Parts: sequence; C-alpha cells; structure tokens
Amino acid sequence: MNGQTYEAVIGIECHVELRTETKMFCGCRNVFGAEPNTNVCPVCLGMPGALPVPNRVALEHTIRAGLAFAAEIPAYSKFDRKNYFYPDMPKDYQISQYDMPITSGGVVEYVLDDGTRKSCRLTRIHLEEDTGKSTHGGSSDGRIAGSAFSLVDFNRAGVPLMECVSEPDIRSAAEAVAFLEALKRTFVALGVSDVKMEEGSLRCDANVSIRPAGATEYGTKTEIKNMNSFRSVFRAIESEIARQEAILRDGGRIVQETRGWDEVTGTTHSMRSKEEAHDYRYFPDPDLTPIELTPAEIDRMRPRAEDLPQHMLAVLVAENVPVKRAHQIVDDAGLAAFYRSVAAKTKAPAATANFLLADPARLANESGTPVHEGLSERAAVELIQLVAAGTIGSKTLKAVLERVWGTGESPAEIVEREGLAQVSDRGAVEAYVRDVLAAQGKSVADYRAGKTNVLQFLKGQVMKTSGGKADPVLVEELLKESLSATP
Amino acid sequence: MRRTAASIARSVGRGEAGAAEITEEILALSERANPSVGAYLTITADLARAHARRVDERVAAGESLPLAGVPLAVKDNMCLTGTRTTCASKILADWTAPYTATAVQRLLDAGAIPIGKTNLDEFAMGSSCENSALGVTRNPWDLERVPGGSSGGSVAAVAAGMAAIATGSDTGGSIREPAAFCGVVGFKPTYGRISRYGLIAFASSLDQIGPISLTVEDSALAYDVMAGKDPFDATSVDLVADATAPALRDDLKGVRVGIVREFDLAGLDADVRACYEAAYKDLERLGAELVEVSLPTADYGVATYYLIAPAECSSNLARFDGVRYGLRVDGPDVGAMYEATRAAGFGPEVKRRILIGTHALSSGYYDAYYVRAQKARTLVAADFARAFEACDAIACPSAASAAFRFNAKSDPYSMYLMDYYTIPMSLAGLPALSVPCGYVQPPDASRPLPLGLQLTAPAFAERALLGIAHAYEAGTRHAAQMEPAGLAEVGA
Repeated sequence: MNGQTYEAVIGIECHVELRTETKMFCGCRNVFGAEPNTNVCPVCLGMPGALPVPNRVALEHTIRAGLAFAAEIPAYSKFDRKNYFYPDMPKDYQISQYDMPITSGGVVEYVLDDGTRKSCRLTRIHLEEDTGKSTHGGSSDGRIAGSAFSLVDFNRAGVPLMECVSEPDIRSAAEAVAFLEALKRTFVALGVSDVKMEEGSLRCDANVSIRPAGATEYGTKTEIKNMNSFRSVFRAIESEIARQEAILRDGGRIVQETRGWDEVTGTTHSMRSKEEAHDYRYFPDPDLTPIELTPAEIDRMRPRAEDLPQHMLAVLVAENVPVKRAHQIVDDAGLAAFYRSVAAKTKAPAATANFLLADPARLANESGTPVHEGLSERAAVELIQLVAAGTIGSKTLKAVLERVWGTGESPAEIVEREGLAQVSDRGAVEAYVRDVLAAQGKSVADYRAGKTNVLQFLKGQVMKTSGGKADPVLVEELLKESLSATP
Repeated sequence: MRRTAASIARSVGRGEAGAAEITEEILALSERANPSVGAYLTITADLARAHARRVDERVAAGESLPLAGVPLAVKDNMCLTGTRTTCASKILADWTAPYTATAVQRLLDAGAIPIGKTNLDEFAMGSSCENSALGVTRNPWDLERVPGGSSGGSVAAVAAGMAAIATGSDTGGSIREPAAFCGVVGFKPTYGRISRYGLIAFASSLDQIGPISLTVEDSALAYDVMAGKDPFDATSVDLVADATAPALRDDLKGVRVGIVREFDLAGLDADVRACYEAAYKDLERLGAELVEVSLPTADYGVATYYLIAPAECSSNLARFDGVRYGLRVDGPDVGAMYEATRAAGFGPEVKRRILIGTHALSSGYYDAYYVRAQKARTLVAADFARAFEACDAIACPSAASAAFRFNAKSDPYSMYLMDYYTIPMSLAGLPALSVPCGYVQPPDASRPLPLGLQLTAPAFAERALLGIAHAYEAGTRHAAQMEPAGLAEVGA
C-alpha cells in the first residue's frame, strides 16, 4: 500500500445510429422494432452481385454532426472495407472509413452540474454500416460460446452508423457522462439520431487508464464494453478506475485488454487480450466512389449556431439560469423551443426558466402533456409578467396556471375579471397592517421584546385580512417599518 | 446456320418471324449441341418461351424493340430472377437468384430471349474455362480445345449459334481472350459504362460487363441497350451514352491507329505473328495511319493485376460463408462451419487467389503489395493517356496464341500470362474489343483456329471504337469466311 493518488485518463468511442428513412446503402426502411428480417433486400443481406449506394442524408447527418463540434470536413474522404467473419455481418466485411474519415477533429464542450466548464477533443467522426443482430440460444449466458443455435435478424444490417472517437481528455466518470450527454443533446437537436441507449441507437465503449497524479505519460489502458445506459457508463468507469488503482497499489501491472461490464455484479471482467486483435485488412471499397465536397456544399450543411444546444446552454448560463435548469431545458427539444419563444417576449430568461421548470413542469409530469402543449405561449408570457409586476403572488399563480392549463385562456383576463390582482398599493396595505397591529397587541409586544419570529404570524394575519391579495413583500416591509417605529 | 442479332431483330420486328418460333429453333439446337459443347450450365427453356410469347405480343402491339426475339446467353455470374446462378462454383451450385442484374434486365426489356446461363471459370477466375467446377466447355472450332475464359460458355454459345448475343464479364481479359479463341466479337466497354449490379463480383474495380456476338454491329446493338447510369451501381457513370450502332463506319480514313512498341510480336509463333502483322496492314489498307506508341509500364500489368484482383476477390468472396445461402458444410462451431464450407465449396484457383489477396492486404504487407500495385495501375493508365495523344485507337493481339488444348497450361503462372495483352486495358479501365482477324493452324491442330485483333480506345470513346472495329470487320470479313468446324459434329 502507498498513498499515491491517481488521475484517470478516459477516451470514449461511441456508435450512433442515424435517423434516416432508409438504410446506409440500400432502400430498406430504417426503423427499430420491426418483425425480424422484414426490412431486408439483396443489398443489406449481402446477396451475390448486390452493390451499395450511399445514402446522401446519412452523409449530411454525419457532416452536420461534425460541424456542430467545429470538426474539419475534408474535401475528400472515402469508404473502406473492414474485413472479418461474423454471422451477423452479411458480406463478412463492414463498409466503414479507415484513414480518411468524413470529419476529423472538433471539440465537445460541456458544463458539469457544479458549473465547471470542461471540454474533450474529438479525434474523428466516421460513417459506417451497422451489423445484424444475433441471438444465441441454449447457452447459459446468451453468448455464442456453448450455444445450441443462433438466430440472426438482419433488419439492423446496413443501418447508418456514426462512430465518434474522442481524444483521452476525460478525467472522471462524471465527465464521461457529461461528454456523452453533450453528444446526445447535439445529435438530438440536429435530428441526426434518436440517441436511445435502450434501443441500441447509442452504444459506447470507454478506454480507461490511470496514472500517478501529475504524470504526463499515459498508463496502460483497458477498453470497457457492454455499457447500456449513462448510469452504467458511470458505474463501469468508476469500478474500472478502482480496480486499476487497487492493482497499482499492490504493485501489479495493468494488462491491455477488452473488459466487459457486468451490470449485476457491478464489475468488469476480461473479454479478450490485445494479442487476439484482428487484422481487419482495411482497403478502399471499390464499389463506392470517393466522397468529394466543395466548401460551398459544406457551408450549406453547417448548422446555425443558435440551433445548437451548446450555444443555447451558454446563453442560458450567461443569463443566470442555473446549470441544472439550463440542461433540463436544452435536453427537451419541445420545451427548449417553447422556452426560447417565451423568453424572447418576457425578456426575463432566468425567471422564464425558473417558472417553466417549476409548476408547469410538475403539471406536465402529472398530466403527461408536455409543457409546450399544456400551456399556450401567451399564457406563459402573461403569467411570468403578472408575477414580475407583482400583480399576483405564488398562490394565485398556481391557481390561475391550473385553470389555463390545456384551455388556452388568458391568465391576465382571469386575474382582471375575477379581481385576483395583488394589492400593491402602499396606502391600502398600510391600512391592513394598521388594523392587524391594532388587534394583535400581544404579538406586537412580543416582537418588541425580541421575539421577532412573530413577524410571520402577523404577516399571515395581514394576508388573511386582505383576502390573500396583499403583496407579501410589501406586507413584510410595512410590518417591519411599523413595528420598529417608536410606539 | 448462325444468325446475327440484327437480322433476327429485323425479321421479328417486321413480323416476318415470330420470337416464339426462333426460340424453339434455338432451344432445339441447344438441346442437340450443348451436351458436346457445354456452353450452357442451365438452359432456361420455360423462361425463354415465356419471354418469346411476351415479345411477340409487344411486337404485335406495335412496340419497336431493338433486340426483338434475339436469343441471349447469360454468363452464369449474372443474376436472373428465379434461375440457378452458380458462378460455376460448388458453393453456389444450388443458389437461385432472387433478382435480376441491371444489364440483363435491360437486354430482356429490349426483347432479348434468355436461352440459358453459360459456363465460366469459377467466379470468372481463369482464362480457359477449365476452372469451372460444374462442367466442361469445348471450343466449337475444335472440341479438343478450350474456348478461353473466363466467359468460355458465352463465346462458345455464340460461336455455336446457340445464342446471337451473350453477356460476358471482363476483369483482365475474360471477354476478349475467349472471343478471340472462338472467332467472335467480344467487347469490354469503359469501366462504369454498364452497371455491375447483379454481376457477382470477382474484382470490383476491374469487372465490367460487355456483349459477345458474331458481328461488331450486334455488339453495338447490345451495348447500346446495356450502357448507362444505374442508380443501383454507384460506380456506373452518369454520362450520356450516344447510340453507337448508327455510327458504324466502313473505312478508316483519317483514323490514327497506335501500334505498341513494347508489344513485340517476335516472341509469338511465326504464323500467329504473320496474322497480326497482316491485320495491321489491313488497317492501313483501309485508310488508317499507323503510328508507333509506347506503353512502358504495360509489362508490369500482369504483376499489378495479380495483386489488385486477388485483394478485391479475397474480400468479395468472404460472403460465401454458409450462413445465409449456398453450400453449408456443418461443423462443431461457426468457425469450423466457415472453414468446412469454404474448403469444400471453392476450387483450387479461387482458393489460391483468396490467399494471395488476403496476404496482399494484411498488416505489414499492404503498403508493399496493394498500395504499390495501385500506384503501378495509375502509371499504366497514364501511359495510355500519353499514347492516345498520338492516336485514336490502339491495335494489338487479343491473345498470344490461338486456343490451346485442355490441360495445356498446368502451371498457374503460364495461364496468367494468357492475359498479358488484355490486362493493361483493364487496369486503365479502357474500352477494348476483340474482333476476328484470321486463322492459324498450329502443328498439333487438325483444322484452322481463329485469332482476334484487340482494339482499344480512350475512356468513353466506345462510339469511335466500335466504328473502327466495324470498318476493319467490313474490310476483312474474316469471320464470314469460315464457320466453326465443330458445328457439324455437334449437330449445330
């Protein structure tokens, strides 16, 4: 044992299934959950003589994804074949990109919950085709070894897949999750993918190593696979860091290998060592012509900064919206759009964010209707303005909100019609205060004797006298004024 | 009596003959002759009759079909829905194609009648058709000799009159060399001119479909139908392919024909050499100006080709793994199943090329083999580009000899050299064809055997190329002078 502290060095590789009408190289539909082997054709089944034709939308999605992170889009890239035998890979090679990916470089920026800003460089994003899906039966663990039979569903074969590879810039499990969340919210915002880990449209591996704090050399890394939620990414990385630390503390050495995450035991186990690595015999796919792009074509695909979640996030944080709230807004496309149009009218970003994520978010949760459908833009704007102007307090806000939820009624009209406006007139409130202080002599004496907590009781009495309409802030101010005045 | 596609299409189009009637004649002839010639692996009689009926209906309805009633032989590495498509391999011996190759579909749409699927060297790898795992094809000029390859069945079918048009595929000479051996016209268009969709790949960057026929005009007719962009083949070119058939010419005035300095004829047999020299003289006689051109890297063609083609084939043929279709030989686990299936399913030449290609692409050798070969390929193409600054077409032999006897080339390398004259054009992706240019009678032959003159043009200059070939054909009429001696023997 020694007291050495270690720093983790983490890089992420993730596969993102693109949202397109059709597959990467054929006209079959790209949908999740269809009957096995129903969305297939000679091309995606690797029938003899069939040829791939690239899906233009998938190319554009990948380029847009890269541009969102300021990646470079080379004027020339190409598809390569990655050769290896596997029953769920119809051609026994995968069309992928080897040395000339469609995007290279780029930076993913993200903010941790405590407000710390971090970033991770991207090595590349390339485009490839997904494999089919194998189900192995008759073995205890569902793996191919020892199975009695295997079933293959080729619906997924040929689905367009982006592989995003990061540089080893990540230093903790929490950062890894924040990185993935940043990727996810950008891809969702661009409409390039659904990014659903549970449906396999996001799959990720983590390369993890540790080194003594302050060291500049990298330690030996392991590659962690089989993580199927952001939570398991977090747990798997934490567990792997702890495992590696224990080995180094005991004077051992880390073996470079691929390790599988086991959700049940909460540990990683060895899957294969580096020595068993394949020679994939990459070479340019002769069935496909190179991808050549002009600067004008690339510019046409460039997403507008204001459409990118990281931009919106930065704006929200700059406008003093708390980081967590900002993420909540940005991660909900419907809410984000609604927020934008409401905040543009209220000119009060923080208040708008705080409002939307409080009572409307609760109502949305209870009713199953999203905020932007339950609440009209006009209603939201009016409610925020009524509160900001001091016209209504939180209690009235709740009551009015529930009445306009799903009805489209105008909160301002309800408040006006039913006289729910807060009494903010100084003279009127002073009169309520005077009456209450006159009637509550004992409490007044207690307060002056130092029991200042009776103030809340007195405030409640004033609110009651006013029928709940007095401006609570003004009430408190006037109470304090009167009580501290010499009797 | 062998009939040209043009004459059949004309008489069917005019209503002088029915497609059904011609189809019955050809089917009867094929039933008689095929057991000896072995051109067809499968005769698709029912399909042929159905197509013939449909063509007669279309003609009766007033449709004008460029290939109305023309009997068509399809090389068995091209898919045709519902028919067995084998690549002459045990691994696909019982595979039925679920779709039709674009080039074949275009011929059928133009009125051609699918008579059958023709034999080839397994997966189109070979130059004699002897690598077929499913049957022997004999040369109709001399049944003791090979028809050439890999499109051996297709050229034999046309030479024997069992089809007027056949499809071939040419990767390094697989249309041109057998066409020369069987005394027919074989045309490989520019890479990308004709869709490869449905052609079972050997080497994707080299494979090209083309027509085989008795005459240049027939090849032009079939080419005009097959050429053009196909949305299912990303490598097919989006260039307007002007119809070539109307542009066929009868003289060579103003045409500069390049003779390649490095293709020294001195090493050839004297009669073969004399035949080619006479062919060059004929070109001149017909008005062409002969100019000497140089292809300094042509000598590296065979070496270059035998890295690139096997590399691509090692990947293209991976899919024959016993999982989804074709032969499966079971084993204790999936890896053993792969090995047993591929060991039993592929023949020795296919295995040899898969091994060469796997090695050429493997880590540590890729740069030395595959990358260097690609660089050499660029140089070969550059040589041609320079040569075409001085000429409109290049003339050279299609092969170094006439058809040889079975088992004459037992060492693979001597077989690879059969494509010495055809490989450089494939590497450069250029349009090239073989047209009959005379006959020789080697000492071991009992009868004359045809030779072919190879003409090559710049990329996408098919129109000019076919025009020049037509003028040569019209001015020499070699093919019209003789019919294959074997025809009578086989009842054709």
